[in-house]
Order: sequence, then C-alpha cells, then structure tokens
Amino acid sequence: MTAYVTRRLLTGVLILVLLSMVVFLVFNALPADPAALTCGKSCNPQVIAANRIRLGLDQPLYLQYWEFVRAIFVGRTYGSGSATFECSAPCLGYSFRKGEEVTPLILKALPVTLWLSMGAFILWLVPGVLLGIYASRRRGRWQEKVTLGAALVGYSFPSFFIGLLFLFFIVIRWQLLPYPNYVSPFEDPVQFLQTMILPWLTLALVFMAFYVRLTRNQLLETYSEDYIRTARAKGLSEGTVIRKHALRAGLTPIVTAAGLDLAGLLGGAIIIESIFSLPGVGKLAISAVVDADLAVITATVLLAGTFIVIANIVVDLLYAVIDPRVRLT
Amino acid sequence: MTFLFVKDLQVSFQTEDGLVRAVDGVTFDLEKGKTLAIVGESGSGKSVTSQAIMGLHTGRGVKISGEINLDGTDLVAASDSTLRSMRGNSMAMIFQDPFASLHPFYRIGNQLVEAVTAHRKVSKKEARAEALRMLNKVGIPNAEQRIDDYPHQLSGGMRQRVMIAMALINGPELLIADEPTTALDVTVQAQILELLAELQAEFNTAIILITHDLGIVADMADEIVVMYGGRIVERAGLNELFYQPQMPYTVGLLSSVPRLDSVGNRMLSIGGQPPSLISLPSGCVFHPRCSAMNAGIEERCKSERPDLRDVGEGHMIRCHLDDQERTAFATKRLAEVFIGE
Repeated sequence: MTAYVTRRLLTGVLILVLLSMVVFLVFNALPADPAALTCGKSCNPQVIAANRIRLGLDQPLYLQYWEFVRAIFVGRTYGSGSATFECSAPCLGYSFRKGEEVTPLILKALPVTLWLSMGAFILWLVPGVLLGIYASRRRGRWQEKVTLGAALVGYSFPSFFIGLLFLFFIVIRWQLLPYPNYVSPFEDPVQFLQTMILPWLTLALVFMAFYVRLTRNQLLETYSEDYIRTARAKGLSEGTVIRKHALRAGLTPIVTAAGLDLAGLLGGAIIIESIFSLPGVGKLAISAVVDADLAVITATVLLAGTFIVIANIVVDLLYAVIDPRVRLT
Repeated sequence: MTFLFVKDLQVSFQTEDGLVRAVDGVTFDLEKGKTLAIVGESGSGKSVTSQAIMGLHTGRGVKISGEINLDGTDLVAASDSTLRSMRGNSMAMIFQDPFASLHPFYRIGNQLVEAVTAHRKVSKKEARAEALRMLNKVGIPNAEQRIDDYPHQLSGGMRQRVMIAMALINGPELLIADEPTTALDVTVQAQILELLAELQAEFNTAIILITHDLGIVADMADEIVVMYGGRIVERAGLNELFYQPQMPYTVGLLSSVPRLDSVGNRMLSIGGQPPSLISLPSGCVFHPRCSAMNAGIEERCKSERPDLRDVGEGHMIRCHLDDQERTAFATKRLAEVFIGE
C-alpha cells in the first residue's frame, strides 16, 4: 500500500513538472514579446531592454525555466544593482500589469474560489446522489421520469445562462438579494451568504443532473447483483440494502466524477466568477488572459493542473478505501 | 400439520414483450428434516419458485398468487415486514455463485454479523462470537483469522461454506439451496453436499434443493419435483422417480445423464429447446419435444392441457399417455441407454 501511494505521488510530481514545462514553453513561444508587455503606453525601447534583463528574459529558454522552477522553491531576486527586488518563495513570478508578485495575487483569490467550489460541491453532490437513489427506486414510473427530466433541464442550460437568469430576476427584477459583493465569511457572514447563494445554486444546478443520472445508473446496475439478493435474503431492511450494500458498490465512479469536478472548479470557475463578480482564481485568470499577463496565466494554469493531479491521487486512494480488492495492486 | 406447503402457486412477470408465466400451478409440500429436490432446465421456473417462497420478487409487474404456507404463516399474503423478519431467520437461502453472492467490499465476518444483528438483539461482540462459531462449524480452517478476510481472499468452496454459515447462523427451519454446487469444482461439490447433509441432520432443517444435476438429487433428495415450462410435470419419491419415471420428459432427463456404468454408450439428448415462457405451447407444454407422443393421442396433447394426476402412492404426473404407453416408452428408452439395446 505504501509503495502504491509513493508511486502515485511520484507520478503526480512528474506530471506537474511536464505540465509546467509545456505551459512555460507555450507562453514563451507566443509571438508577443514578454518584455514589451511589461510596460504600458509610455514605453520606449530602453525600458523594454532594461526589463528584459531584469526579468531574465535575455537568457536562453531552459535557463529561464530553471529560474522559474527554482523561484517556486527558494525565491528569486529580480534585476541587479540598485534596481533589484526580492520575490520570496514560493515565487510564481512578477506581474508588471498589476505591479505585484503573482503569489499574493493567487493567495488572495484562492479562498474565494475555495468557498465557491466547496459550497457548490455540497449543494450538487448531496441532492444529486439522493435524487439518483430516489429515481432508481422508482424505476419505470413517472417519478423517475420527472426527476431525470428536471435534472436534464438543469444540465442542458449553460451555466452563464442560468447565472444571468438568477441575476436578472432575483437580484435586479425582484430585488430579493442585494447585488453580489464578495466579503470574507469571517467578516460579514450574512453578506457572504447573500453573495454566494446564487453562484452556488447555479453551479449546483449545472453539475447535479450528471450525478442524478450517474447514481441512478450505478444503482440500477448493482440492484441486479447477486450480493444484493443475498443482502435481501438475510432479512436486511430495504434502506440498509440500498445504503450499505448497493450504494457502496456503486460508489466508485461517483467518487471519481466528484473528485475531478471539484478539482476543476478549484482551478477557477471562470464564467460564474465573472458573472457574479467574485474575485476568485477564475476571475484572476480571465483578466490575465485579457491583459496578456503571462506570469499570472502561467501560475493559474499550473494551479488548476495541480488541483487536478492532486484530485486524481486522492480519488485513487479513495478507491482503495472503498474497494478492498484494489489494495492488492 | 405440514411444515411447508405450496399450493397452486402462480408467478407471472409483466414485461415489455408480454406476460411471462414463470410459474403456473406449482403444488408440493415438505416436512422438517427432509429434502425436496426441484429439477428442471433453465427457465423451468425452479428458481422463481424458490425466490417466491423467500419473498424476493419485489419488482414491479410481478404477480404472485396461490398459497405458500410455512409453519402456519401464509407467505404470499404476508406483509413486507413479516417477510423481512422471516428471511434469513426462519428461512434462508444459498445461491449458485459464491463468487458473486458475497459483497466484495465487506469482510466475511461483518457480513455474518450483519445477518445476526438483523434478527437478534445482541451486541456486536456476541454476534461476532456467533459468526466465528458458525465458520468453525462449516469447516473454515483458521476461522479466527479467516473471519477478517474479504471474499476475494477465499476460494470458491470456502465462499460457499461462508454462504452456508450465513444462511444457517440464525437456525432457520427451511433452507433453500439454489444450485449450491454448480459453480464449484467436482471435488468441492461433494464436500459441500456432505456439509449440507450433516448440518441438516443436526438442525433438522428442511431443504429445498434446486438443481439440474440428477447425481446430486440421487445423493440428497427424499422427494423430487420435476418442472418444465413453469409447471410441475412429475413428482415422486427418490426411488420411485429414478426407477419408475413416468413422464416422457423425466425419462428424457434420466437418459441424458452421462454414466460411467452404463453398458450402452449412448447418451440421448432431448431434442428442441425449452419453451418460451411468453408463448407457451398449447396443450401439454412438452408436446413439441415429446417423442412418446403417438398418432392416436397427438391431437389431445396439442390441444388439451393435462392435469397433474396421481398414478399411485403420491406419484404425480402431468401426461395424457395411459399407463401402458408410458411404461413401454420408459422401458424402451432407458434400455437403449443403460443396456445398449
């Protein structure tokens, strides 16, 4: 088991290294000159040349990459002489657009995305699985069709459409909620909830449908298993049969999907954060793209990749918890 | 009073393709400590019958009528909660495939404990002690260690032993064994059957043994019910059935068993396919495959459904042929196989 975990962790690290190389290469191979992007309209060739040296952009690409990776672990000093500044570890680069180091930018945005993802995750997973169980128990009846149909409606609408509908009707037309304005939940819990409830619901509606269908399909498959019949033949109550025997057996794909969906959201919910003006990672990423802020783009892409890699490892480890047969390999 | 009697049991399933009459008019009874074998091909209704007794047909579109009386309780009319409290308690079942019948994610000990606590108010510790006792009883070596194994760590024979332990842990008076040895190696089959016989003698359990293996029947059964197309076609005591089979289908079954001791080297199969339960043949359900049918009776076999009738000392058959015709057919056919004439 330990060997298995170690192996998984090592592969994860390897994937991240590869990802960082690709991201670094792609953005540095762009036709845009990174040095020219560092100053605004009042630019002249001298400044660009100076910045090029300050940022180390005059170095060969592999050295630049090496510096980039090194900075994440030990920090980095930009420039030389009197015009130096320190970027302490973990240093993800420097954004000239914002005139700030990238790491604090990410750290500021991350909690917003974290709250958004976790809240939405609970709101789609719990009702999604419960409705899936319900639909499977009502197989072939109208309740199943209604549940699956309603879920499909949520699934069919793009998130920006549902988000805008919510915003337009609930906030603007009926004024049931104030206009979203993010604050930390520790500062003003009420305003926090007022801001987050619509984005949560929007994401939950979009994601939930998939879990309703997945759970239903998984359960219908396990209901016909011999060991479910054994459980019934033992005289267990129907609730125990479903919860302890059927759901447990059908859990693996649900865990996989949930882990990866959550990880995807943690990397930034670009559309939802933009609609509801949440200053999260997604918003940071999209504004970086608009501004061609290479340092920030690189960092957000790497962050999203890291979440996916971690989620994959966690999901694999959960398999072993769920299914003892996995533990042997 | 009879311990278990089943009277005119009918089980049908409403499917998209039509009504499936899986079991039609099945009647038999069984005393404690005795073994009844239900024999038939796939789709003959033997498993459906047994699951009806256990109350395991819960899906939509299932219709069960008739009477199943277990020690005074009518199981057809019984509520879900009554059935639940009896399942695994006063009646238990073991299944064909021990590889698929145990939950792959739970330790066998926990699965046994669950069976105990579903019916008895005992502590986890007592239930576990009980589980250990049963595992020892069914001959699991090193039961103290094995109790914490997962099913995939056990061989097929060991798993079937665990299933038997689980079925018998609450001391049921009725055990239904649905093809308990079909998935096992031949050497293990004998061990499992021996174990069942031992436990039956100890607990005075009534056993319904469902099988298509006539060898097992000869070893275990006191009485035999032969099913075909959802109906009982012959019912008799062990010796009676083996030495004086009456219904042409039973004769066909007996002559299709490979035997080492037969002088003749022929093994006769029954031509044709088992009937579709959606569109059963008219008249006698066996008539399309019946080689005993002669010109004189053909019309009747094709149009009139034979009733189950007594041909002597509780030997029941469903056949239009008269005594002479049947005996002649059986003698001739069995002679072909066993003597080689």
